Amino acid sequence: MRRTITATVNNTTGVMNRITGLFARRHFNIESITVGMTENPEVSRMTFVVNVSDQRGLDQVIKQLNKQVDVLKVRDITDEAIVARELAMIKVMTVSGQRGEISDLIAPFRATVIDVGRESVTIQVTGDTPKVEALIDLLRPYGIKEMARTGITAFQRATKKSSDQTRYSIIN
Amino acid sequence: MNTRVREVKGRELKDENQEMSGSSMLIQALARENVDTIFGYPGGAILPTYDEIYRTGIRHILSRHEQGAIHAAEGYARVSGKPGVCVVTSGPGATNVVTGIADAMIDSLPLVVVTGQVATSVIGTDAFQEADILGITMPITKHNFQARTVEDLPRIIREAFHIATTGRPGPVVIDLPKDVSIASGMFHYDDEPDLPGYQPTYTPNKLQIRKLAEAVTKAKRPVILSGAGILHAGASPELLEFVEQQQIPVASTLLGLGGFPGTHELALGMAGMHGTYAANMALHEADLLINIGARFDDRVTGNLEHFAPQATVAHIDVDPAEIGKIIETHIPVVGDAKEALRLLNEVNPKPGESVRWRMKVDEWQQEFPLWYKEGSEYIKPQKLTELVYEKTNGEAIITTDVGQHQMWAAQYYKFDHPNAWVTSGGLGTMGFGFPAAIGAQFAEPDRQVVAILGDAGFQMTMQELSILQELNLPVKVLLVNNASLGMVRQWQQLFYEERYSNSLFPIQPDFVKMAEAYDIKGYKITDENEVAGVLEEAFNYNGPVLIDCRVHEEENVYPMIAPGQGHHQMEGVKP
Repeated sequence: MRRTITATVNNTTGVMNRITGLFARRHFNIESITVGMTENPEVSRMTFVVNVSDQRGLDQVIKQLNKQVDVLKVRDITDEAIVARELAMIKVMTVSGQRGEISDLIAPFRATVIDVGRESVTIQVTGDTPKVEALIDLLRPYGIKEMARTGITAFQRATKKSSDQTRYSIIN
Repeated sequence: MNTRVREVKGRELKDENQEMSGSSMLIQALARENVDTIFGYPGGAILPTYDEIYRTGIRHILSRHEQGAIHAAEGYARVSGKPGVCVVTSGPGATNVVTGIADAMIDSLPLVVVTGQVATSVIGTDAFQEADILGITMPITKHNFQARTVEDLPRIIREAFHIATTGRPGPVVIDLPKDVSIASGMFHYDDEPDLPGYQPTYTPNKLQIRKLAEAVTKAKRPVILSGAGILHAGASPELLEFVEQQQIPVASTLLGLGGFPGTHELALGMAGMHGTYAANMALHEADLLINIGARFDDRVTGNLEHFAPQATVAHIDVDPAEIGKIIETHIPVVGDAKEALRLLNEVNPKPGESVRWRMKVDEWQQEFPLWYKEGSEYIKPQKLTELVYEKTNGEAIITTDVGQHQMWAAQYYKFDHPNAWVTSGGLGTMGFGFPAAIGAQFAEPDRQVVAILGDAGFQMTMQELSILQELNLPVKVLLVNNASLGMVRQWQQLFYEERYSNSLFPIQPDFVKMAEAYDIKGYKITDENEVAGVLEEAFNYNGPVLIDCRVHEEENVYPMIAPGQGHHQMEGVKP
């Protein structure tokens, strides 16, 4: 099962190394990892998307993370009301006539064209994983030349509403 | 102890809040942590610290190889319960202690290892004797630090000792660049380290204790698996009280031996691959398994599919990550073993109806005791171990390497007291036992320390005979010499159709001559009738002795759970 875990960690040198090393040596399967500063310069926030086979595997990931001295707090937020976002940059092959078509296509995703070349345009999109993947699927027929994704970073929502509700729009 | 080492003299505690060098801070901090002995080896990057050691006269034991120093620190820590301190230089000095750090990590021994490092200005430039010891030791330390400024150093040392000795103990590395040890800064030594990410749980949840108490009352076939956590927590008295109150039989892990008296009628001995039949069958048939401070190592559990199939599993451990790691646990208790047992004794649950279970366990013990064939012309290693037990009245501190001799020592030396058994369990490190005995002797100068070693393992760290000679340490080295890598040979015999690939030593040194080269008394025994006499002579002699005891070369360790088998599938349970 795929779980989203956040951890606040001391912003010290080598902390990333400690965490990724831990995942590697314990054979934890990790899909994405993001790290960045928080409102407190001494603390960084990491978001992992991990793939575990069962609850015990998940417990181990959380417990082993907690064991690290530089890890302050670990939380599995998958089942909580969260906002989760990633950013993707997608370089799509275009011939001159297609640019307008692509602009129309990405508009509902609130994606933007951030670079235009003679044979390609680069699109930037932000959103949760399904949205990003939906856009990628739509762009694929044009030919994706290059793509870079940041991986998920996530937050709990201020108001606790269940995240199970079906959302009817892919724009959120 | 008759040592020629300089006594700890002239070691003055300097006042806090004064300017001093990084190396001076280190020695001052060690004094405040009540460190009385450092094991180490000097070198370029750690020179400033060694100058401080020279000037303050703090006791430093000079090994002849860094691996010897770190294993000695481990032996010291295992016996004293205090952190072992090891100081080495950068690069090769640091990489030479890696095995010992990994060994201490997996066996939860508190160590503080200070490694010299090249100056901060050249770190990352492949400077002379530079190695990324922070990166190398990250996966095998509880935590590690690099002191980048001298101002950070006191805090780092304080935190290192705190982390190494609290919660589940473990090794901590402090990487000390040369310029930081020379630079001068203000020395503060705060008592309370501020580590929000490190808050070990000592007091267990009362609700879980009550659940466990209820399970004890309900159980008809309870068994305790006693691990090294009992020793680290100093929980032996509480365990004894609990066991006698509840009349629950106790199986021990290899490292847990001595946590519960080995001669007690409820002691089943060691469980696992070469454990006793009674211990393994009790685990297999139990309806309640209470694991206290053990980590369900694969050498204990055998095939997990067959492990304790009918048992409700309770697990008391100070490290929450151990609970549920290997075995699904029904009653998890996170906390210190001593505290948990104290609370459990306070609740004092009504013992379950387990009279028939006790009878069954007794029957296993009587029907399937440990056995070996006597009366051949060769010395039986099992007999040898029994004689060591007899001649030391079971009161010696025993250290071993890994392998056959280790299993025989675990089987036949009935440890009645905690912290007298020093062995490399999790990592299974050859060359551990001899230097560990040296460290143990420093922790307990007045006790008999016997290093029971294989001839192969001894040859990995035997250069430390120099320490015995130099300090006239009364360590007794007993080589269980089968001229082979006994356990490897045994597996090749059993599982590789007797293809003894590189496990038999065609040539050996004359160990007696070698001892004599170090001015150490040496004996060689080939006849079983001589064993008792030589042991007695050796144990009565106040100085180092090496005994080369030629044992039966084809002796195997039994009983045995073959790899992939369960506890109920033991082989060699009877002659």
